[in-house]
Parts: sequence; structure tokens; C-alpha cells
Amino acid sequence: MNEKISSYPIDGKYGKYGGRFVPEVLMEAITGLEKAYTAAKADPEFQRKLDYYLAEFVGRPTPLYLAENLTRKLGGAKIYLKREDLAHGGAHKINNTLGQALLAKRMGKARVIAETGAGQHGVATAIVCAALGLKGIVYMGTEDCERQRLNVYRMRLLNTEVYPVDSGSKTLKDSINEAFRDWVTNLESTYYLIGSTMGPHPYPMMVRDFQSVIGKEIKQQFKAKTGGLPDALVACVGGGSNAMGTFYPFEDDTEVKLYGVEAAGEGIASGRHSATLAAGSEGVFHGMYTYVLQDKHGQIAETHSVSAGLDYPGVGPEHSFLKTIKRAEYVYADDKEAVDAFLMLCKEEGILPALESSHALAHAIKLAPTMRKDQSIVVTLSGRGDKDVETIAKVTGAKI
Amino acid sequence: MNTIKTVFEKQKQLGYGCLVAYITAGDPTPERTPEIADALIRGGVDILELGLPFSDPIADGPTIQNASLRALKSGTTPKRVLEITGEIKAKHDIPLVIMTYYNPVFKYGTERFLAEAKAVGVDGFIVPDLPVEEAADYLEAAAKAELDTIFLASPATSRERLERIVAASSGFLYLVSRFGVTGAQTDVADATVELIRKVQPFTAGKVALAVGFGISRPEHVRRVVAAGADAAIVGSAFINIVAANQPDMLRELEEAASALKAATKT
Repeated sequence: MNEKISSYPIDGKYGKYGGRFVPEVLMEAITGLEKAYTAAKADPEFQRKLDYYLAEFVGRPTPLYLAENLTRKLGGAKIYLKREDLAHGGAHKINNTLGQALLAKRMGKARVIAETGAGQHGVATAIVCAALGLKGIVYMGTEDCERQRLNVYRMRLLNTEVYPVDSGSKTLKDSINEAFRDWVTNLESTYYLIGSTMGPHPYPMMVRDFQSVIGKEIKQQFKAKTGGLPDALVACVGGGSNAMGTFYPFEDDTEVKLYGVEAAGEGIASGRHSATLAAGSEGVFHGMYTYVLQDKHGQIAETHSVSAGLDYPGVGPEHSFLKTIKRAEYVYADDKEAVDAFLMLCKEEGILPALESSHALAHAIKLAPTMRKDQSIVVTLSGRGDKDVETIAKVTGAKI
Repeated sequence: MNTIKTVFEKQKQLGYGCLVAYITAGDPTPERTPEIADALIRGGVDILELGLPFSDPIADGPTIQNASLRALKSGTTPKRVLEITGEIKAKHDIPLVIMTYYNPVFKYGTERFLAEAKAVGVDGFIVPDLPVEEAADYLEAAAKAELDTIFLASPATSRERLERIVAASSGFLYLVSRFGVTGAQTDVADATVELIRKVQPFTAGKVALAVGFGISRPEHVRRVVAAGADAAIVGSAFINIVAANQPDMLRELEEAASALKAATKT
């Protein structure tokens, strides 16, 4: 491989992963989308607008915070937290929804559709649609609607319509199926705002680019604080957008170790997990060639995680690529480790992390004591945990 | 032995278009698929598409989604679909086409699955989430197995891509009649008629033109054939009869096929 790692995708592919495995009717749409995105990216006016909203509306840059108490407790490498939980909406999701919604507006699409699992991407979509005057529609599995009733109501307050999806397993993957079906039916009027680094090209690239603001800020902030680069970056991986946003600006800095942390649910051996890269195999799903959790006949598997945001049987193709070329290491944390990490951060640092981000923390907790005190780990705290308080009470047996 | 090509030629000589039927193999159970096929073929279906069910069929509406779920629940595997196909082929000399999403084929091993399909009498494949740009391995395996590769074109397809799709297609070109997913509709839009007229010059003399998505009634069939299509593809209308699963289901299927076939007269 002669190309720099960061030069991918090449013709829509990351090595052999990625591509455009979509029904014919969508081929012209995604080709058109790629052209529109390439033009927007090169347009200083588009970039200026994006920067304006990121600063004034989202509240960027988010802090890079040295978690001194946690560092002291673990007695190893310094732990820094990239505070995406402090972005407007309470998660990193808005970096992407803002970029894509500005693109939708530029393309003259007035109707925006999105999928959501836990509701974080749905809420981030609803927020930018309200702010930019777009009509928002969010597909959400009926099972998820039930589990995340407050987020359904939040989206409705933000003037977005929530369409419950009752097909298949009634969760995230089915809401994506339904969003694709809507898109092929309303191609002319509609922009499909995908929430993670997944789907057909150009989505994995576009979402990564919009999320890269995370890694770029980490690089600047860390340099300003220490003059160098961190030794390791840790981020959780469901579809993989906060991890891609964290890793991408460091892809060619091979001295920085990259750790993606998947959800092992009740344990890999139990079969009830969402650890696609750890336990899956290659396949074609939701428009991309990537690692997939599937049975031996190629049927997509049901997944499980205590955090709904990691509960997805596929993964972004660039992660499959980074795994294959060994640029990133993919590990996992189970439900219990994530909950313990959640409780530890609450107690030690006064921060409630999202259960998704708690998986990344759980790995950092294992990693820090194996490293020297003069080394540093940056953990991307992708979201805040207020949404998970009920779940935490339930799994710890507490009464609210 | 009839092939897709010879069936189109024969029907044309007789003054008919072709009726292509789609059913999901294994719906409601793998055991019942051969008798459902019998009824459709008795009614006059010229080419039969057997759907290999996939858990996440993004190009399909609720009718075929539910059929896929019923088939998966009743234990339909890729191997079982090949067995069913072989059983149908042993009784009927008509072309059989497997329609499925790419992942089950890929997981089985594309080359191996296509070779085994050929061995049981499959004539061609339709893979709706595999556009020509991603189809190199599949095209190679199909050429090796001597199977027809039926690609789709849609109202959004540009002229440049249409030429490329027609060049990669054998058997027939599957023209998607409208924006949307599969499913029965009340009528055929004028836009569909225009679309057929636009695409027909690209396929003429090269490959047959079959139109599907939303075609469910004899008057729809008449309209697309009159517009220049060589075949009408009907799926959800048959599956609705299977889903209702009444005691006289087989007779209903046969009668529906017969009325639709009569409407292909040119």
C-alpha cells in the first residue's frame, strides 16, 4: 500500500470495503450527492457557514479535559476526555447533522429523512431541521420508540415527525430499511441524512469528514497543552462515527494508537452483543461491503447492547479497513464493564457519560494502568448520559 | 429445453408478451412452494422468479417483506431454495430465475452458489442491490455458469448508465416502473408508459424488456405491453393471494395468472 491511509476512499472504497450496493433507483442519487458534496467542500462560503454554526450554535470547540481524579485513581497514563457531551443536543451527532442539513439546503431539498435507534441522531436531526427551516421526518423502530419515549417527545417538540417502524426486528436496522424505502419513493424532494459512517459511498466519507472536527480539535488542543501528540485515542464504535471523527486526523500519525471499542453486550460467547468487528464476518449490508453480524446463511443477526446507540449489526467500512490493515485495534467492553465505567466517571469526575461512551471509558480504565505516567490517552466522550439514567437505575436495581 | 430467450421469441411469434411471476420461495412453507408454482404455470406464467428471502429487503414493500419473514420463519435457506427450484424444473420446462439480495449469495460463495443453481436448472439471477458498478465478480461467475444476468433500470437511470446496464444484461432487462418499492398499485401511471417508450429503443434487438413494480391487474399488463414492453412482471398480487392462504388459494392463483396472461396478447 503506497497511498497514505487518509487518502481513502479511492473510488468509493477503503481497500476492498465500502462501495455502493444499492437498488438501481438510488445510483444516480448517490452519484449526484457525491458531486454536490465535493462542490460544497471546495466552496469557502459553505465552509464559512458550517464553521459559523459549529461555533455559535453547537458551541464548539468542545473542551479537552484532563480527568485528574480518574488518572490518579488508575495510577497510569493521563486520561483526557474530549467533551462531545457538551455539544448542543448532548452528543457528537450534531456535527454531522449540521453539515448534511446545510448540504441538503444547498441542494434545494426541503424534506429531510433520518433513521434513529436510541434517538440521539433523530434529535440532532430535529434540532438542525428546526434551526435551518427544513421539514424533518425520523424513522424509529416501535421497540425503540417504547424504550426511548422521551426522545420521541423531544423530536416532536422540535417540530419533527416521528414515523414508528413496525417491520422486522423493530429497531435501528429496520428504521434504516424504512428510510431507504422512503428515499426511493421520494427521491426528488428528499435528502436522506444518514447518522453514522455507514451506508453507500459517499455517506461513510461525508459523515467522517463532518465528524473529523472532533479529531482536529483534539490535535490542536493536545498540542497546545503538551506540545506533542497523545499516545492513544479511544472511542466507542457502533456504526462508528465518533470513532472515525476522532481517528481520521490521526490516521497518518502511526505513533498514535487507535482503539475502537465495541459493545460486547452480555458477552461475545452469549451471542447477545453488537461486536461486529470482533465477532462478525464480511458481507454486504445497507449499501456497503463491510463486517456484518450474520448467520451462516447470510441473514442479518439481531444485536444486543445496554446502550441502544451501539446496537447495530454492521459497522462503517473504514473501520473494517483500519482493522484489516491493523492501523486501529478493535476491542470490546460488555454491559457490566460499561455500567461500572459510567458509575466511576460520575463519582470521580462529576460527569455523566452516555452509556455508548462508557464503553470507550471502560477500555481506557483497562488500558491506563498498563501505560507509563508520562503517557496520555484521549477518550472521546461522545455524549452525555442523562438519557441513560433510567437504564442505569434499572440495571443496578436502584429505585428512583 | 426452453430458455429465457426462446420463451420470449416463441411468445412473440404467437402474438403474446410474456408473463413473469414472482413468488417468495418458502412462503408460507418450503413444502408448499412447488404446488404454488404448479398453479401459476397452469395459469400461463411464462417465466417464474423465485425469491430467496433476505432479512432486510430494502427494495421491497410490506407485501414482500412479510412474505420474506414468513419464509425465513419456516426455515427457508439458500440450499432449500435450490432444492425447491430443482423440484419445479423437473416438472416444468419453463425458465426459472432466482431473485435475491446480494448478501446470501455472497455468504454462500458467489461462484459456488451460481454453479449449484445452474446444476438444478436455474436460468438466471436478479440481484436488486448489486448495480453494474459492483458486479464484476458476479458477472464472471454467471458467465462461467452460463446463467443470464438480469439487471434493473429505473426512472432515475441516465442514458449513459442505461447503455452500460443493457450491455451487462442477458435474458431480459428489468425496468422498474416508478419511484418506490415493490407492491400492488391501483393503476399504471402515464409516466410509466413514457418510461417504457424511452427505454425500449435501448433494448430493441439486444435484450427483452420486462416491466415490474406495481403491476397487479390485467389492465396494467395490457398497458405496459401496448407501450412496448416484452413482458410484465407481477409479484405482490400473487403474494397477497398466498398471504390470505384461503382453502382455494391454488385455484385463485391459477385464475389470476390466466387473466394476466390473456392480457399480454398484442
